[in-house]
Amino acid sequence: MNINWFKYSSPQTFYPLAGKMIPWFAWLAAILAVAGLYIGFAIAPTDFQQGEAYRIIFVHVPAAWMSMVIYIVMAGWAAIGLALNARLSAMMAQALAPTGAIFTLIALVTGSLWGKPMWGTWWVWDARLTSELILLFLYLGFIALQSSIDDPRRADRAGALLALVGVVNVPIIYFSVKWWNTLHQGSSINMGAAPKMAATMLLGMLIMALAFWMYTVAVALMRVRCIMLERERTSDWVKELSVQGIAGVKS
Amino acid sequence: MLAFRRRSDVATTLFFFLIVSSLFPLGIGPEPAVLSSIAPGVLWVAALLAGMLSLTRLFAADFADGSLEQMLLAPQPLALLVLAKIFAHWLICGLPVVLLAPIIGLQYALPNDALLVLVFALLLGTPALSLIGAIGAALTLGVRGSGLLVALLVLPLYIPVLIFGAGAVAASQHGMSSQAHLSLLAACSLLALVLAPMATAAALRISVE
Repeated sequence: MNINWFKYSSPQTFYPLAGKMIPWFAWLAAILAVAGLYIGFAIAPTDFQQGEAYRIIFVHVPAAWMSMVIYIVMAGWAAIGLALNARLSAMMAQALAPTGAIFTLIALVTGSLWGKPMWGTWWVWDARLTSELILLFLYLGFIALQSSIDDPRRADRAGALLALVGVVNVPIIYFSVKWWNTLHQGSSINMGAAPKMAATMLLGMLIMALAFWMYTVAVALMRVRCIMLERERTSDWVKELSVQGIAGVKS
Repeated sequence: MLAFRRRSDVATTLFFFLIVSSLFPLGIGPEPAVLSSIAPGVLWVAALLAGMLSLTRLFAADFADGSLEQMLLAPQPLALLVLAKIFAHWLICGLPVVLLAPIIGLQYALPNDALLVLVFALLLGTPALSLIGAIGAALTLGVRGSGLLVALLVLPLYIPVLIFGAGAVAASQHGMSSQAHLSLLAACSLLALVLAPMATAAALRISVE
């Protein structure tokens, strides 16, 4: 059997597919978020040390995870776009960047809201906080570079190269920043050791992470649809689509 | 050494470094203890910013008069030509800062051995700044507002160099060995030496097409 891997790599075929997938991912995100928040706020036990304030981790930790995952995924799309000269991959990278930046910001803000009652300070110059902040700068640099270049093809490729340079640098930056490891507690979840937290807390966090993930997919698809329409506005299929849309409204 | 024909670039970089690092004592106060404790960070940040000032001009003149396109077409590998350009930039903008730094370090009441480490760390670290900066310069070539954009793109990538460079000086101030910091700094520079010319060459091809 011969599978055509590239069938959905052109905007024309991907546009309707993305439209069909958005509701699925959006509903999954909503359901998972409700479930995760319910577990987080109603079922999970109160932490004996941190009291109720710890519950912000159900938003904070998944957001921090997603901020990193999205950067890697974005760089991956950028690399594919650069290597195969594929328009759609570059559009995906562009569509993911704002969501990644927002999650980075959420992680930073919730982290400082949690830090005030726990550490008594909004901000400490610790390795993970600082590298999260630098990640935000990297996102902003990517967005700024893309939006300041008028030619979309050049913007795609320049942004892709920047994302790749960034992804090479992220571990270097992380380990260099780790030198002043100050107030931040060790990682809550450790791959090697057994999780130190109660199973329900972990479950709530994982479900929230999945919810954020689904949300990311849905939003990125929506954004990529907008980008496709904008870039391909002179092409036939977009014109047809708009004619159909007008006809649909009239009937 | 074409870059040297525009002497004002060298002067601008040096004066910027001098002025920025002279502003800090005015803002913070003249106590030698305070000054020497902030000196490593301040001098490194000043060197970082000074090196960045001239980055936008790294390829701009060649881009404007078309010789950049000749370089793209040349039979020599582009990465090699780019490396030569970066080396010239470092000689013009990096090396003078390295040579000036100990004099400013004296103003900050740095002890002699810390001064020596400062010069050595700058010598190891500033090539990495030129190398990484070249990627940003190539990416923003001919883009509006490229000066600010370069700062936004390049400064986050400078952070490891800043940490290890300032860390080396601070370590020697506290009587510890600065060898670990210096080794890591050299590692940063070597990694940049391998990867940055290729990335810059790729960026130039994207910018000029």
